[in-house]
Amino acid sequence: MSPTRAFWRGYLDCAPFILIVVPYSMMFGVVARDAGLDVLQTFAMSAIVIAGASQFTALALLQDQAPVFIALLAALAVNLRMAMYSAALVPHIGHAPLGLRALAAYLMVDQAFAVAVRTYEERPDMPKPAKLAYYFGCMALICPFWYGSTLAGALLREAIPASWSLDFAVPVCFIALVAPLLRSAPHLVAAFAACAGSIAFAGLPWSLGIFTAALLGIVAGAQTELALKRRQTA
Amino acid sequence: MISDAAFWTLTAALGVGTFLIRFSFLGLLGGRQLPDWALLHLKYVGAAVFPALITPLLLWPDATGGQTDPIRLLAAAAAFAAGIRFGVVPAIVAGMGSLYLLQFITGA
Repeated sequence: MSPTRAFWRGYLDCAPFILIVVPYSMMFGVVARDAGLDVLQTFAMSAIVIAGASQFTALALLQDQAPVFIALLAALAVNLRMAMYSAALVPHIGHAPLGLRALAAYLMVDQAFAVAVRTYEERPDMPKPAKLAYYFGCMALICPFWYGSTLAGALLREAIPASWSLDFAVPVCFIALVAPLLRSAPHLVAAFAACAGSIAFAGLPWSLGIFTAALLGIVAGAQTELALKRRQTA
Repeated sequence: MISDAAFWTLTAALGVGTFLIRFSFLGLLGGRQLPDWALLHLKYVGAAVFPALITPLLLWPDATGGQTDPIRLLAAAAAFAAGIRFGVVPAIVAGMGSLYLLQFITGA
């Protein structure tokens, strides 16, 4: 497969995700304007960070008067999964020159990553230049929609009345992101422990309760997985 | 209200931090394997962080002055059910849709 063909293949393979990216990033634009950011700030955040869940997280915590440092840590924690993506991509596009790897890192988003890695696994015979072109094809489709729809949401905000309860869009987006993840017992345990912890530690200052609860959930999920494995081998 | 200084500090640091996370193995560590214990825990970051964030937003929403709102809880349950079964976009539609529907029916 030639790199040009691989690029357009990736572009087309990611097309269905426009259906997710457009409403989700528009929602970010609207919610951010609602929280008091101006159009430039809203757009800048999407362009600089390109990671919706962490942008919502940072916004929600800043709005909640949490210190910047705490909002930053929470938002970065949400993005830690991308270290796994980065590791997973090494065998496929790790051969690229440094500048291209840096660009690949900047553009890395969930859906496009998932599509790329699935394709690499299904087609082990794909040459390395084609793999790299395929990756950029995926990202080239998603990212412009991400920027454009955020901007559209930020601009349309003026036309949206308060009675639409858009504050609720933040928890709904988080639920939408997390629900499909909860497909195994350890994942359910992690989520449940985090919810319980979040209630139990709600009194802690600076949203530290959220941190404590998240750590509790992560450890609970990992321990459940280990316990299940032990039972299987026993 | 979010101050300009807080916003730009956060956005710049989040941009750099997120880039470094994404660049980590691809650029800096050169594909070294993560230790098993780290992989084990990273797997559950998403499943734990989001519920921890959502719970207070649902139980004590700002929009109702911190009062628990049964309509929001029901709408959240609808979003969750749709999310497990059908994925991200149906969950958003189900959540916001049932919020509006219930607010309309109850006249809230």
